Amino acid sequence: MMTGLEDLYREIILDHYRSPRNRGELPEPPAHRTEGFNPLCGDEVVVYVLVDAGTVADIRIAGQGCSISQSSASLMSAAVKGKSVEQVRDLIRTFKSMMSIHEARLEEGDGEDGAPGEPVDLDSLGELAALQGVVKFPVRIKCATLSWNTLAQALDELETAGVS
Amino acid sequence: MTGPLDVAAVKKDFPVLAQQVHGHRLVYLDSAASSQHPQSVLDAMDDYYATTHANVHRGVYSLAEEADRRYEAARLAVGRFIGAPQPQEEVVFVKNATEAINMVAATWGRANLHPGDAVLLTDMEHHANLVPWLMLAEERDLELRWVGLGDDYRLDLDDLDRLLDGVKLVACTTMSNVLGTVTPFAAIAAAAHDAGAVVVADGAQSVPHLATDVGALGCDFLAFSAHKMLGPTGIGVLWGKAELLEAMPPFLGGGGMIRDVRRDGFSPNVLPWKFEAGTPPIAEAVGLAAAVHYLEAIGMDRVHGHELSLLAYAQRILAERFGDDLHVFGPEGTEDRGGVLSLAYRDVHPHDLSQVLDQAGVCVRAGHHCAKPLMRRLGVPATARASLYLYNEESDVDALADALESAGRLFG
Repeated sequence: MMTGLEDLYREIILDHYRSPRNRGELPEPPAHRTEGFNPLCGDEVVVYVLVDAGTVADIRIAGQGCSISQSSASLMSAAVKGKSVEQVRDLIRTFKSMMSIHEARLEEGDGEDGAPGEPVDLDSLGELAALQGVVKFPVRIKCATLSWNTLAQALDELETAGVS
Repeated sequence: MTGPLDVAAVKKDFPVLAQQVHGHRLVYLDSAASSQHPQSVLDAMDDYYATTHANVHRGVYSLAEEADRRYEAARLAVGRFIGAPQPQEEVVFVKNATEAINMVAATWGRANLHPGDAVLLTDMEHHANLVPWLMLAEERDLELRWVGLGDDYRLDLDDLDRLLDGVKLVACTTMSNVLGTVTPFAAIAAAAHDAGAVVVADGAQSVPHLATDVGALGCDFLAFSAHKMLGPTGIGVLWGKAELLEAMPPFLGGGGMIRDVRRDGFSPNVLPWKFEAGTPPIAEAVGLAAAVHYLEAIGMDRVHGHELSLLAYAQRILAERFGDDLHVFGPEGTEDRGGVLSLAYRDVHPHDLSQVLDQAGVCVRAGHHCAKPLMRRLGVPATARASLYLYNEESDVDALADALESAGRLFG
């Protein structure tokens, strides 16, 4: 593999890309369906989430996209299934702060030595930590966060609807 | 001039191409998005700022007169480049091709298109030649009609006469930014004129690569951008027939575009300044003129000939090395074709392809190329697009093929 790319395309990412977990649809209702788009590249993700008694009882991912957006969605689906909505929201926050480190550095105009933002507890992310290499490739950050933003939106919509 | 292009000499004129990316020679295959600049363009703009800058059209001192002279000389150079019969009146400097088409929609369109009127577009258009008409259609309740795309990646013109019946305006690209297809624009324009329609040409992709003559194209308006033809960003051109431009209301209001302003109104300036409100992009016009001079010195026929021979090489090499694993969305062969190769490689997503190619210093564009209706027609969300220009050579195509092979190994 060429230099640098191994940070982006970790084996676990390629594995989730080739064999995505929780791929498909859920009947709605009772599941809730939310679409997310990346207008830059045309990638789209559809998140089906079933919330039962404050818990993400099931989740399915549809749509199409690059290896980063698809593997991130797959890893996300495996990580959130069975967790409480509150735990899922915490995980979304942690994941997005891991993805925002580089953006913060860019704004400081300092690519190397800039102080990162909130320290991110990578251990709490488990397999998701494999996606941290994405921050070295700023244009791909939106690929990695697409499914997470879509899930966050789905949870917001459910909250507004009084479901969770 | 005749004979093949001396690419090695051309490359030396482009300082940006001398650099390394990720330890590899920069292989720039994204000129359909934006081209690079020869030193002469950079020098012309530097010299303008270092020796000449003043605002145009109002100064009565030598410096301003020289700024004026260079700005208007650029207009004449551009007019000559596209065969404009009256360059002094008909060449309007705008921000880019997008703004040029928006200007036609907002001025000619608002003055001439009324509820129920029909506008004919094609499935090949860039968003720049779609969204202005979609906006106007919504505002004016226009009927939009579409020339479809054939399976040969060319416009399906079988129904053209029926589609043109009663149409007021036809807006069509001269060359697809995704497929590389050169459209039979002159034939479409002639049929459109027979039907009584006004014809807009989106020349953003063809003007930088093919010899252009507005009379031969038969368009009423031609839009293009400087930054795709070796010139700077921030300037583009709307060419229009003088009688149409005369009859159109102004676009932006402000300084420079007026003859008189009173408390109760204004009267617009004469062409072309009627459409150039505010301080124009003067240094950019000077840079565009230098780009035109550079292309003219080489000769557009040689530029296009070089691109076609490189295209044929790329088609052959890619077919030999990848066979059915690689698909090119575009007409086979080089007839009515420009040097654009939209690729699908196995099921590797274009973004992943582009990322792997970047590690080898190879720049291609991944995405929908601002042509979402066309992508829907092709049945893909995105492609990876390699586009050729006069500074590319066979070794660039080889580097592309090598990098594609790496991507195949990674995602295999």
